[in-house]
This record gives sequence, C-alpha cells and structure tokens, in this order.
Amino acid sequence: MRKALARSAALLALAGALAACSSTGTTSGPASASAAAPADDPYPSTYERYPGVATALVGATVYDGAGGRIENGTVLFADGEVVAIGGPNLPIPASYTRIDGTGKFVTPGVIDIHSHLGDYPTPSVAAHSDGNEATSPTTPEVWAEHSVWPQDPGFSRALMNGGVTTLQILPGSANLMGGRSVTLRNVPSRTVQGMKFPGAPYSLKMACGENPKRVYGGRNQLPSTRMGNFAVNRQTWIDAQEYAADETPDRNLANETLAGVLAGDIMVQNHCYRADEMALVLDMADEFGYRVTAFHHAVESYKIADLLREHDVCSAVWADWYGFKMEAYDAIPENAALIHNAGACVVIHSDDQNGIQRLNQEAAKAQADGRRIGIDIPDEQVISWFTLNAARAMGIDEQTGSLATGKMADVVLWNGDPLSVYSRPEMVWVDGALLYDANDPARRPVSDFELGQPGEGDTK
Amino acid sequence: MNARLLLAAASLLALAVPVAAQDMVVTNATVALGDGSAPIERATVVVRAGRVVAAGAGVAVPAEMTPVDGSGMWVTPGLFASITNLGLSDVDAVDESSDVSADRSPFSAALDVSPVINPAAQDIAISRAGGVTRASVTPEAGSEIFAGQGALIDLGVGRTPVTNPRAFQLVELGERGAQLSGGSRTSAHAMLRNALVEASSFAADPERETDVMLTRFDAAALVPVVSGQQKLYVRVHRASDILAALELTEIFPALDLVLVGATEGWMVADAIAAAGVPVIAAALNDLPESFERLAATQSNIGRMVDAGVMVGIGGYESSGDHPRSLPQMAGNLVAVSRMPGAAGLSWGEALASITSVPAQIAGLAAGTGTLAAGAPGDVVLWDGDPLELSSAPVRVFIEGVEQPLDNHQTRLRDRYRSLDESEMPRGMVR
Repeated sequence: MRKALARSAALLALAGALAACSSTGTTSGPASASAAAPADDPYPSTYERYPGVATALVGATVYDGAGGRIENGTVLFADGEVVAIGGPNLPIPASYTRIDGTGKFVTPGVIDIHSHLGDYPTPSVAAHSDGNEATSPTTPEVWAEHSVWPQDPGFSRALMNGGVTTLQILPGSANLMGGRSVTLRNVPSRTVQGMKFPGAPYSLKMACGENPKRVYGGRNQLPSTRMGNFAVNRQTWIDAQEYAADETPDRNLANETLAGVLAGDIMVQNHCYRADEMALVLDMADEFGYRVTAFHHAVESYKIADLLREHDVCSAVWADWYGFKMEAYDAIPENAALIHNAGACVVIHSDDQNGIQRLNQEAAKAQADGRRIGIDIPDEQVISWFTLNAARAMGIDEQTGSLATGKMADVVLWNGDPLSVYSRPEMVWVDGALLYDANDPARRPVSDFELGQPGEGDTK
Repeated sequence: MNARLLLAAASLLALAVPVAAQDMVVTNATVALGDGSAPIERATVVVRAGRVVAAGAGVAVPAEMTPVDGSGMWVTPGLFASITNLGLSDVDAVDESSDVSADRSPFSAALDVSPVINPAAQDIAISRAGGVTRASVTPEAGSEIFAGQGALIDLGVGRTPVTNPRAFQLVELGERGAQLSGGSRTSAHAMLRNALVEASSFAADPERETDVMLTRFDAAALVPVVSGQQKLYVRVHRASDILAALELTEIFPALDLVLVGATEGWMVADAIAAAGVPVIAAALNDLPESFERLAATQSNIGRMVDAGVMVGIGGYESSGDHPRSLPQMAGNLVAVSRMPGAAGLSWGEALASITSVPAQIAGLAAGTGTLAAGAPGDVVLWDGDPLELSSAPVRVFIEGVEQPLDNHQTRLRDRYRSLDESEMPRGMVR
C-alpha cells in the first residue's frame, strides 16, 4: 500500500506543478517530464507547444466551455495560454494580432474522451489492428500508448473537420480490463511521446457485457457469461488488493495499474451499455474501493440517470447510435438530454474515426431530441458536453476544456454556429499555435502515410 | 387478463391496418421540391388521392379543402435511402435476426431479398420517423462476388413493403470482390465475366444439362443483368477499379451499370460522366480506410456532381450511420461547399441527393422524390430546415397516407421520461 501511496503522491505533485506552470505561463511540457521519476513515468511526454503569436479573437459569439456565452466576445491568448476573455470592451494589447470573428463562433478545443485513433489507425488493415490485446480477459498491463501510430491520418481529420485538440486513446473492449489509456495533444508528431498530454492521469479501460464474454466464451474460456465477467473482475481486484498491500511485491505490470486505480491515481473508463450492468459495476467499485469515472457508450444511462447522479459518474455517449448489437437495442436519441436533465454528467464521445470529426453535431442532435420532449438545454451548456465535461472525466480540466485565464489556449474559430450542420472549424489553435487554417493549405497536417499518394494534402 | 390480451391484440391490429389516403393542403410553409431547386417560402402543397397535385408559391387552395397551417414548418418529399439493410435484420450483431448475408449458401446471384423483408422491423419504423419513405434494400455478398438481388420498398405501415422486387443485382469488384473470389481482383473480374457469359448462354439454352461455374438458378438470375433489364450495381472504390467497371460495357454492351461506393470517383469523374453511369456514394468518407480509398475526401460527391455525374447519397458503413442520418449527411455537403478548395452541394442539390436523385437512380418513375404534380404523395412536414441537426419530421405521409411515428425508441423515451417509482414500477408504465 505504501508503494501505491508513494505513486499517488508523485502524481499529485505532478498535477500541482502543472497547475503552477499554467498560472505562471511557462511551457508545461519539459517541466512535467522532468518532474516525474522514471519509474512512475517511464515513457514521458516530450510534447512542447509550437510557436504562436499573441492573438485577439474579436466580434465572435464565444462559448467558454464552462456554460458561459458572450456575444461580440473577445478572446486573448499568448504564449500558449488564455490571457483573458470578455466582451467587446476588453482591452487588447497593441502587440496582439486581431482576427475578426464577426458572425463566427469560438469554443474551446474539442475533446474526445473515447478514441482509437493510432491504435486502430487507417488504413484499417490487419497489420494496424493494435487496439485489443485479446489474448486474456484481463490485460491491465498493456498501455495504449505503446500501440499508437502517430502517422494515423485520422488525427488530422479530427483536427481539421472536428476541431479536436485533445483526445483520449483507449484500448478496445474485447477484455474486461483492456489496459491503460493515453491522453494526447492533437499535434503532428514523430513519436507518441511528442503527443502525450503532459501530466494527464492514466485511465484503465474496462468493459462490461457482450464483448468480453463473446470473445472468451467463443474460445470456451472464462468468461462466457455476464456472471463470469463479474467473477473474473472480482478475483482480479482481490489479487490487486493483495498486491497493493504488499510492501515489497515482485513488480507486476498488471497489478501496478490496478493498484493505481485502487489508490485513486488512475481513473476508470468503463465501456458498459446496459443500465442493470452499470448498477452492478457501481457496487463492484464500492466493494473494492475504486471509483468509476465514466461509463462509455452507456446507451441505457437514461434508465438510471438518478443513480448516476448520486454516484457522480459521467456517461460518455453517442447521440443516436442504436441497434447494432443486442445491448444497444434500447438506445434512444434522448439519452443525453435525459441524463443531463437528471443532473448527471454528459460527455459526447465518438469511438469512431469518422464520428470524432462531428462531436459538435452529435451534441446538437442530442440537444434537439431533448428539446422535443421539453428538456431545453442552452447551447452554452451543450458545448460543455464535448469540452469541459470531457476534460473533467479525463482529469485534465485544470489545464484545458474551457476558455479561462491561464488555461491552455486550445481554441476553435468556427465559421458559424458549432451546433449547426452548416458550420466547420475555420482555425484551430493547440496551446496557442495555429495548426489548422481553412484558408491556408500550408496549415494542414498531412501524415507521412499520405505523402506521394492520391489525395495528398487535399481538403478532406 | 383476457380483456387486457384482447386490448393488446386490438392495438396490434390497429397498427397493422392501413389508413386510407387523405387529401391534404399545407399552406404558409417553406417548401423544398426535391428537384434541386432552392426552397420556396410561404408556399402551398396540395395532395389528393395519394398524389401530389401542386406545390409552390401561388398555388390555390381547392375550395373544399381545409388547409393545414404550415407556418414555421418545412415541407419536402420523403427521403429515399439507398443501399440499406432495412427489414433484413433486427440487430446487426445477432446473427439469427439477420438476413443481410448468406455466406454458407450455395447460391449467390439468385439470392433475392424481396420475400424476406420484414416491414415490422424497428429499423423501418425508426427510419420512417426520420422522414424516410422509400429505400433500396440490398443483400451483402457472403461467399461470392454476387450479393444477390435487391428490392425497392416503401416504408408505409401495414403495407406490403416491396414495390419493385429484383430491382438490381449487386457485385463486388474491389478489395472485397478480390477476397470473395479467391484472393485477387483478377479472379473477381474473371468470375464476373464468366458469369455474364454463362448467363448469356443460359438465356440461349435454358435446357443445359449441367452446372458450369454457376448454378442454374444463379445463371438464370443473371440473364436480366446481361440483357440490361436489371440494373447491375458494382461496388468499387479505387479510381482504376471504377474505370475497369465502366469498361465492362465494351464486352457486355447492354449492362445498366450503377457505381456503388466510388470513394475515388472524383479522380475519374469525367469518365464516369461520359459513360452516363450514376453513382451512389457515402457523403463523408475522408479517410484512407483501405488502399482502395487513399484519395477519400468529403469533396468527392461535389466534384463528381460538378463534372456532370448523377450522384445519390447512400452507404452505411459505421454503426452510427442510419437512413435517418441522411439529412445530416446532405447538410454536411452544404457545409463543405463553403470551405475553401472544397466542393460540396448547394442546399437544393443536397436535398435532391437524398430524395429525387437516388429515386431516379433506383429506377423509380420520374418525379418520385419530388413534389412535382403527379408524384407519389410522399410528403414530410418538418419542424425546421430538414437538413439542420435541430430539425425532425412532424408528420410523414406515404402516398397520402399519414404514418405513425412511434416505435420502440419513442416508447422507451416515454416510459423513462420520469424515473419516479413511488407509485408503481417503471415496468408497468406505458
């Protein structure tokens, strides 16, 4: 247990260092990398923000991601950070480059809490299938970052068409415990370390229901049933508790991850469709003393929205996917609105290399489906479904997810209302660096894979 | 208990009995005709005896008819969804509920979806509530390059769904065709050519004694393809595969081709246009999902249309793609048209790409999918711009018959609108 606590302290120190960096304006990348002992962070982030110019976005409708809306707003950012946001009268230092956003909209960078970019990259050939270590029902020892191919062309599409600046890459759902996630900045990089979000906590991907029992039951292995799923999970947690209590354990990668969960250092992102299963998982978490941060897919959250509110668990959901598998048969398009209306946390996720380009649109559909049953959720709150709420459920809300002074300048300028089908990102900044400009073909990431091939550098 | 059962039976019957076509006039609505033209404000639509009588501004309301006030509403023709699995499965991943593909069948081209389409499938009810009134339904290839024969349906409740059985044959000629035919596109092309030759000889001599490569039943099914009486949908994505597909008509001149997929169609758009072959393409593919789709871009459809190709939106590849998403797909192409260097569709073209254009490609009578006089009375009233994310159908008519918009999802929604169980369990709330 002492070991787990030590790890916990190190991570807390890391988070503190980051917050300090954000408020003083120093670059966070190198500081965070050097703050962690190698044993705790053996594949450290080497991400450093790209150069940007001090920028003033003026005249646009600004959604701050935290539920705020400013008409004719002003957003100032410099040195990678949001300096200030306000109305038309906010003073603009003379050195700032002004960008006229009249008739346009500004939001924080979009965040996808559930992506497989890089670990299931395109082209989707078998040689690229690196998202499920489907050789054992519990593989908490694997880390998604060791599968991520930074040249996945999907990253650029998510940036250009979706305004995505941060994303969490999860292992797949073949296993009950699929492994550790990695949170990435959406920047072109030669290495995955160059994309790793400095200081972002790890999450453990878990999965309920059909997938694990199908994959292993199909091989006549445990688990082949939902009760088998729970039995394997519980025994694995019991073993992890013993490991965590051992003051001098033999090093074990799987149990290191699980001890991190039990210590509260590693969050849990739990793929789960059915309401009844989510309720059982909540009890399992209580039984072993860990916390589920978010249920993913969660198509039946609307049936237990009260329970989810009481447990302070987010639901990371699609707007309207349904029917593709038995446990998705009761999916309804009003799910997000009903969860929100019950006071529980909603995150719109993609789980899809195409859907990640339209998280704003999915949120807009979910909002409208709520409105039609009398649940009126203001636009500025809906924006938080794919910005600040996602950041919170990934443990990075101190650094990004909203436009607040001192936070990372992850900013999207949309050419229209982001909740309209007719709007697209016009400019996207990651940490204050302009990495996409619809009007400048040179500001458009092109993967190594695409060079010299049909369609290279095209509008996508 | 008996009374309850009787009531349940009665409500099932009520669902199943078709309602008569009703005459209808909507006034003061924004009307989009579906023919590619821009929407018309403060317009009127008149439907009588299951057919559109008139639509547009300045249309007189027949004296004996009471108009529906369409203020704030939009009126469009019903949507046409191409290349769907509507009515072929209940749950995609539940094999026993799915008739989409038959990979252990001894037959291929002979497979025919028309007798097995289930009009009560939830997918149909949910699509109907999304404004989809007609669709093409296709089998997917299982063990051979030929998927089998698709049908055209309408989504009207209580009706026989199939309006045009055996409307087309679908063949796979790209990477999938290579896999299905033995491991190479060479084999896929040899298989297709051989099959069409066998079909020709079968047509000349139906009394042949033995099977050659094709079963008699499969050969017979390809006779209308080789003679051009049945459309041949060819699924290809790569630019060179598209050109190879177009060249089939040099050997089999009667083929009535439709390209399906055509992700790299924009690269050979002029050749497609010159061949006069229409295309059914997904709207938003922009990733190199495979080596046959390296040049994928959301500008694909816009560029093909600019080159003079007739293109309908269709193709449902991810779990989130459903026929009811057609307006979102079309709306996105309007968004694309506003991006520098990109090619999309005008609003009118976008609506046409999910109404009249796919209906025409499918072979339905001219006017279907529009609000032209004489067109089927497939009419949708929307609570806003139909391509916008915030909009949804309010009323849906198929040949003048108003359709129910409820389904499994709406019932769940109503049951769980409140979670209060202080008086009775949610499981008894209906």
